Amino acid sequence: MSQTELASRPAPPSIWHMYRAMVGVGVVCGLLIVSVFQVTLPIIERNKAEALQEAIFHVLPEARTSSTFRLDDEGGFKALDGDGAGERLVYAGYDDSQELVGLALEAQGMGYQDVIRLIYGYSFAEEAIIGIQVLDSKETPGLGDKIETDPAFLQNFESLDVSLREDRTELANPIVPVKHGTKTNGWEVDGITGATISSVAIANILNGSAQAWMPRIQNQLSDFKGGE
Amino acid sequence: MATLPKSGTDEFIKGLWKENPVFVQVLGMCPVLAVSNTAMNALAMGLATAFVLVMSNIVVSSLRSFIPKQVRIATYILIIATFVTVVDYLIQAVSLDLYKALGAFISLIVVNCLILGRAEAFASKNTIARSAMDGLGMGIGFAFALFCLGAVREILGNGTLFEAQLFHDSFQNWVVMILPSGGFFTLAGWLLLFNWFKQRKARREHASTLGLSKETA
Repeated sequence: MSQTELASRPAPPSIWHMYRAMVGVGVVCGLLIVSVFQVTLPIIERNKAEALQEAIFHVLPEARTSSTFRLDDEGGFKALDGDGAGERLVYAGYDDSQELVGLALEAQGMGYQDVIRLIYGYSFAEEAIIGIQVLDSKETPGLGDKIETDPAFLQNFESLDVSLREDRTELANPIVPVKHGTKTNGWEVDGITGATISSVAIANILNGSAQAWMPRIQNQLSDFKGGE
Repeated sequence: MATLPKSGTDEFIKGLWKENPVFVQVLGMCPVLAVSNTAMNALAMGLATAFVLVMSNIVVSSLRSFIPKQVRIATYILIIATFVTVVDYLIQAVSLDLYKALGAFISLIVVNCLILGRAEAFASKNTIARSAMDGLGMGIGFAFALFCLGAVREILGNGTLFEAQLFHDSFQNWVVMILPSGGFFTLAGWLLLFNWFKQRKARREHASTLGLSKETA
């Protein structure tokens, strides 16, 4: 390269200019993100709490009020003041005359893309799951997300048998996924063609959760009676 | 011959049709193929991208003399990622249902080369107003293209448009249209149509110039 060409090139910016641009933009961007986060956080939390309440009444259609219980270390259930948050929570639903109609339980497990989080309603009278609602899923839109919209699939959960064995230690029949159109028993989940992994995941999530919760709930039934 | 400077309206219109980001420039194919399986997803993704595009164009353009060339790409990505995060929180605050439908795809906007492309090729060299118009035009053009793909895929693959049933129950859904391969088929169909239009226009212009030159001869 000749001397004249070198001289005609613009001088490279100093290191200071580069740092100034990157750090300056970085700080402003960081501040913007933090402020948007701070402003939207209470709204997002309120939206989530509302969505959870709606979901509880969706999976327990007969319930009019609900209260939250936490499973303590001794295996009993204690009522919480307010909504509460965290793990090992169950939501009891009561009808107009304060009679216990059922429980709503959260469960989660791995789907096709990511963790699926759902809530399901359990009816004491029927000893069955009477409704589910997916709270959080990243399943493929148009395929895997049929677990939330497919009416034939959701029919599985209008009365899914989760009755216990006579010794009340585990489910009489585990919840099992079956191929679409081959369901014959009350504890089977009819899958979705084109969303096999997601529909099997739902059956497995429900089975895992029901196996863990049902014996505890049935043995501590009196904890939920006479709701507030 | 010197070209006339384009007005703000020209900058806006070019993105809609003549330089449509998807059908003409074939940019940002990742979200185009991934999110266009229903019309609603496609439209929401297109509008979210348009918002990020307009905002990043405005910021990049206003900082164009402040950012040295050597660190421009890193700084642009920082700006784009910030607006994507902002959109992510805003959508969560506005509607959890919408967030549930788009959640997996919002972060994909960061890697959409259309946004970085416009920041680098246009906003870093033009005024704020023109950059905003360019971003708006390109953004709406992108949303329009995504909607075209999403609508075709949803109609054929699900028999619905915006979840409203279109055909009789006996209609057999073309499941392949919702699968990833359906995205390629539909995109190919739209590109064929656009290129056919373009060639027809070129042929007509060619024919009219020939006719004109014969007359003058």
